Amino acid sequence: MSNRETNGEPGPGARSDDSHGQPEDLVTSGFPILERTDFSDTTFLLEILHPAMARAAHPGQFVIVMADDQGERIPLTIADFDRDRGSVTLVIQAVGKSTREMQARCRAGGELFGITGPMGIPSKVSNARKVICVGGGLGVAPIFPQARAFKEAGAYVIGVVGFRNRNMIFWEEKFREVCDEFIICTDDGSAGIKGLVTDGIENAIAAHGDIDEVVAIGPPVMMRACAEVTRPHGIKTMVSLNPIMVDGTGMCGGCRVRVGGRIRFACVDGPDFDGHDVDFDDLMVRLQRYKPEEQEAMDRWSEHCRRLAAAPATTIDTGSN
Amino acid sequence: MARKTIRSIPQERAEMPVQAPDLRRANFDEVTLGFDQGNALLECERCLMCPQPACVEGCPVNIDIPGFIAKMIQKDFRGAYDHLTDSTLLPAVCGRVCPQEDQCEGVCPVGGSLEPVAIGRLERWLGDKAIAEGWKKTSYIEPNRFRVGVVGSGPSSMACAADLAKAGCAVTVFEALHAPGGVLRYGIPEFRLPNSVVDAEIGNLEALGVEIRCNTLVGRLFTIEQMLGEMDFDAVFVGTGAGTPKFMDIPGENLNGVLSANELLTRCNLMHADDFPNHDTPLGLGRRVAVIGAGNTAMDAMRVSLRLGAEEVHCVYRRTDAECPARKEELHHAQEEGIEFHWLTAPVEILGDETNRVRAIRCVQMELGDPDASGRRRPVPIEGSEFDFEADTVVYAIGTSPNPILGQTSSIRLNKWGYIDTDDDLATSLAGVYAGGDIVTGAATVILAMGAGRRAARSIRRYLGIRDSEVVYQPERAGFDGALFGMDLAEQNFTHIRQL
Repeated sequence: MSNRETNGEPGPGARSDDSHGQPEDLVTSGFPILERTDFSDTTFLLEILHPAMARAAHPGQFVIVMADDQGERIPLTIADFDRDRGSVTLVIQAVGKSTREMQARCRAGGELFGITGPMGIPSKVSNARKVICVGGGLGVAPIFPQARAFKEAGAYVIGVVGFRNRNMIFWEEKFREVCDEFIICTDDGSAGIKGLVTDGIENAIAAHGDIDEVVAIGPPVMMRACAEVTRPHGIKTMVSLNPIMVDGTGMCGGCRVRVGGRIRFACVDGPDFDGHDVDFDDLMVRLQRYKPEEQEAMDRWSEHCRRLAAAPATTIDTGSN
Repeated sequence: MARKTIRSIPQERAEMPVQAPDLRRANFDEVTLGFDQGNALLECERCLMCPQPACVEGCPVNIDIPGFIAKMIQKDFRGAYDHLTDSTLLPAVCGRVCPQEDQCEGVCPVGGSLEPVAIGRLERWLGDKAIAEGWKKTSYIEPNRFRVGVVGSGPSSMACAADLAKAGCAVTVFEALHAPGGVLRYGIPEFRLPNSVVDAEIGNLEALGVEIRCNTLVGRLFTIEQMLGEMDFDAVFVGTGAGTPKFMDIPGENLNGVLSANELLTRCNLMHADDFPNHDTPLGLGRRVAVIGAGNTAMDAMRVSLRLGAEEVHCVYRRTDAECPARKEELHHAQEEGIEFHWLTAPVEILGDETNRVRAIRCVQMELGDPDASGRRRPVPIEGSEFDFEADTVVYAIGTSPNPILGQTSSIRLNKWGYIDTDDDLATSLAGVYAGGDIVTGAATVILAMGAGRRAARSIRRYLGIRDSEVVYQPERAGFDGALFGMDLAEQNFTHIRQL
């Protein structure tokens, strides 16, 4: 753990004499939503105004989001950040109660109750000459800034992303801009190659004998499969873990994962780890911890939505709180 | 007035109403309900008004205890409150959570033959009265153009921020969570310290002009070095606490249903899992909860579990009740509420079912051997005494270690245990950066953290050249050119000597 980075060296020259107010762009409550884009009926993008975070964010880091004051603290990997616009971008899959509620309520012009970050140790953009950046499901968006960072560092970047079908595809243009090769994998073959991202990785490894590193972000099963594909080739494979967490600052220990036989906290020791050392079974078991409660919350939310739909006079709150 | 003697004062402590154990174990209301005015005044009469009061020395923030009690006896409650809050910002908090038996009350001479004066309960009564009456200290403070950033919003940070604000500094407090208060918010449960009290004390801080910014993770959103540099703070106080939970590294620790006391308390106190599903954060404790450890955090975790509906709550501790580090009052309350204590019992493995949920803990019986480095007799396992113990949830409350984020993101020097290295004035290795509380000492108490915060505030005032609240003195040498014995002061980090 030698990530001792100091972004701005202090010094007398850095002082501006009479600026005694806070930096005006330090938003710390009521975070404005600048834009929303829907990629499919479950996946949507939110762009949040937070100039200080946009300046501080690096690929691989995550944020904790609270949609409202009774919400959960939800960890989400940063999908992109724009230092000029002063914004960070999150891509969210509406899979549970909280994310569905966000899907129903978060609109451009509204705001989030809370967003904290960037959290976690930034991904190490190694000096690999040839890398495969793999994204699947939730991981497609956050693999993008990594691919871009590798490209900026001068690497030959092969992007491999997986979608269920052609209608789910997003950011293809963005990826093509930063990837030297770009392989789309779809479950049904409606775009790119038919198969999983592991097929894409195998194709890339077959075509290039000199891959230095693979970076994979996505559901745990996918990351495990990726690590198993690269293991026989001895290619270093970094994965980004997404366990259950509460505070995201190393305080609760809910995110502990087993890596190389040791207990690590994904929030402060990660979220990136060597995929060949991660105990994915352990991770997947721990992700099931609140299944009954999640189901209960989902059922209640579905019932709530059904009632709203049955009463056409009531509109869904656009979520300014 | 004739001088009071041990014979002339009321012999018994004034009565403190308490919620009955069988009622309170099912609610989150406070256990001890607090004095009424009559009882408070009665208790005041028990103070001997010692000319050299030991209690003041026994208090980590040196509250003038006879002083505020004297004003209370005259029924000048506002005056008493103002006197009290000259030394402590948080009377309603400290009156509840201080270990008074080891501090002011522990050295009270009345305690030689009777129960000592109930100083903590008097402090709490005054603090609560101030909140009820809406008393605020709104004295005008001459601003001094210095800006101080405070990292964390727990007790040490609050005390430091208050003292610096009173000295005229513009203070900004940065908190990583979405609500301020640190351990007072996420750690100490509602029945010991209601959130409304924390809110009121934070309100007092804001009334002093302190700005509190939540959702701000210092280290990652900006670094301490950036605070002193481009963010233009003249000094920084770090009070980030020792929040990282320890585990034991025994088999089965990653099973579902094993969690840290920090996680349990945070889910309940900060995220309101007790109100699931109205609040979204779940907890799901099951029927039988076993808590490992017997400190104050363990007591809190056990008593929270009871109130969340656990049918049985067990405490597993490898030493005996004599070595148990919790406050005696907390242990007593926990026992009254029906928590079962298993002394001289140590877990060796956590057993799971086929769905990887906790099913039981395997424990071993211990006996006390020779004293160890801490002077306590070392527990040693009795061979062949293993037994299994059914549990749905296992909670670790065996201590904490320092949070790693500042060490990862700044060049501040840490000691070999990972706590921030400071000198006696609480100065860190970075010029202008001071630290105090658990991040320096390791886990301790609210009042010790507050004491450290006040000490750091004194050091910061001296560092900034503030001798008292209003007067800022000129540097002693005019025409100071920034070089001393050929050293570049900027290079040596002496960047904050400024011309006034």
